[in-house]
Amino acid sequence: MSLTEYGVTEVTLDQLRSLVSDRAFTGDTMLLNMGPQHPSTHGVLRLLLELDGENVVSCVPDIGFLHTGIEKTCEDKTYVKVIPLTDRMDYLAPLSNNLGYVMAVEKLMGTDVPIRAQYIRVLLCELTRITSHLVWLATHALDIGAMSVFLYCFRERETIMDIFEMVSGQRMMASYFRPGGLWRDLPPGFEETVRQVLKVMPGRIDEYEALLDKNPIWLERTKNIGLISAQDALAWGVSGPSLRGSGVEWDIRKAMPYSCYDQFDFDVPLGHNGDVYDRFLCRIREMRESLRIVKQALDKLPGGPFMTSDRKVAPPPKEELAYSMEALIHHFKLWTEGFKAPEGEVYSSVESPRGEFSCYLNSDGSPKPRRVHFRAPSFANLSALPIMSKNVFVADLVAIAGSIDIVLGDVDR
Amino acid sequence: MQRLYRNNGMAELAQIVEKLKVKFPTAIENVREFRGEVTVQVGPDALVEMAMYLRDDPDCDFNFLSDVSGVDYYPEEPRFGVNYHLLSMKHKQRLRLKVRLKGPNPRVPTVTSVWPGANWFERETFDLFGVTFIGHPDLRRLLLPMDFRGHPLRRDNPTVQEEVQFTHNFDEVDRTKPYAKS
Repeated sequence: MSLTEYGVTEVTLDQLRSLVSDRAFTGDTMLLNMGPQHPSTHGVLRLLLELDGENVVSCVPDIGFLHTGIEKTCEDKTYVKVIPLTDRMDYLAPLSNNLGYVMAVEKLMGTDVPIRAQYIRVLLCELTRITSHLVWLATHALDIGAMSVFLYCFRERETIMDIFEMVSGQRMMASYFRPGGLWRDLPPGFEETVRQVLKVMPGRIDEYEALLDKNPIWLERTKNIGLISAQDALAWGVSGPSLRGSGVEWDIRKAMPYSCYDQFDFDVPLGHNGDVYDRFLCRIREMRESLRIVKQALDKLPGGPFMTSDRKVAPPPKEELAYSMEALIHHFKLWTEGFKAPEGEVYSSVESPRGEFSCYLNSDGSPKPRRVHFRAPSFANLSALPIMSKNVFVADLVAIAGSIDIVLGDVDR
Repeated sequence: MQRLYRNNGMAELAQIVEKLKVKFPTAIENVREFRGEVTVQVGPDALVEMAMYLRDDPDCDFNFLSDVSGVDYYPEEPRFGVNYHLLSMKHKQRLRLKVRLKGPNPRVPTVTSVWPGANWFERETFDLFGVTFIGHPDLRRLLLPMDFRGHPLRRDNPTVQEEVQFTHNFDEVDRTKPYAKS
């Protein structure tokens, strides 16, 4: 059998030649591999760099080292069983991924979600945003050489992780949201724990900002580095804080409110220049806005059911199984076959900490999806890395890669 | 409470579709509406022109390409679908462009000239579905290794590709691998 019959796509040398400049072949410039095991690539990202001394002539990202075929696996699972897989893509913002996916399923099924569940979802997603931004700040600062921020951020992140453990039993892979609502209601003691975080966190964020923002080395390393214009950012599909750093006012939470984001008062921080520093400022301010939303959600948290009463999607409460034959049938059907979705396709988007996370669902009417596609924000943001890293120093490349906040699990899926 | 699948901008989307029908009378194959989303299915030949129009016309202004994704409708024919999810930040609207392609070697023009950000999305679709994007500047595999056989997200692709290599059968499995032997 020839290679083409196997479906092997042959790559010619000419095709690869166009990735770098001609000077690489005469020995004028040097080709260097950065990664995939480089600590500042935040996972397993390989960058093929063409260097002229310290200057980056071209930068070619090579991804796929963490590809786990999640989209293929989804096709073999019922709609509910896909949820744990979504946690594992962007493992720093699992609840945002959960929300994007369950919203797509709810849209497909036409399910209503009780208001209490909506509030809890928003509250937890904003806490997720803070944890994600804390890890970003920690590793980004570490990449540029500010070690102490790293340890502080992880200390604060742990207090929020405790909240996730409290509600879902898991620190990271929460899988707490279900089509139609939540896995269970909030546990006792939830409010006090979140209030404690709300009390401590603002001072800590100020502290971390001061640690870096008043540090001349930090300013030198971030200002006017990794510039991307608003026009380029839009053309290359950049979203989230990386896009807002370039001054584009686009936040899905504000522009096309989903869940119950239209009931909260918050601002969308913007940058001006589109450099590493502006992206840094945007994320720091976003953490404060998230705290505002969490506080409002907690103050206004409505009562009522946490799960829809539509038994075709949501399982019946455990106690009903003891006396209701119908509940038993629903339970049995949901746990063996799953629910059947109507034929059609839907697309739902949420603003994850990294940008637009979307889920495309295509159903053929069976209990398993025909196709699930996740629009990973890191994926699109990373594709713009070569634009941001034109004519920069190698050391700046580390700062730029950190500033777009990629998670390779999200990029490769 | 939930307004997820009710789209308030439906009237404006309908206007856009009407304009498209006037501008491209033969290219539009069908228009579907489901859960407040509009899908315009278009012939592959008119795709780039229509994309350009949707991006540049001030009433449409779809300045952002959210996503490109492939679908395998096996065993239906035309077998493949490629979806382009467009977003207009000015009008706060989304629109789905769809092309249906016959298998087993589907080909469609690239939209990288309209939205450069389509580059990686199209490479991913090429990698996983084997859809060739004509005119793409750098059409190589993206997520899978260069010597990978087949396109795994096709529905007729076997889930188990090859025997796992252990120490005891390393050479045996190695002989069946498609890459060049020294």
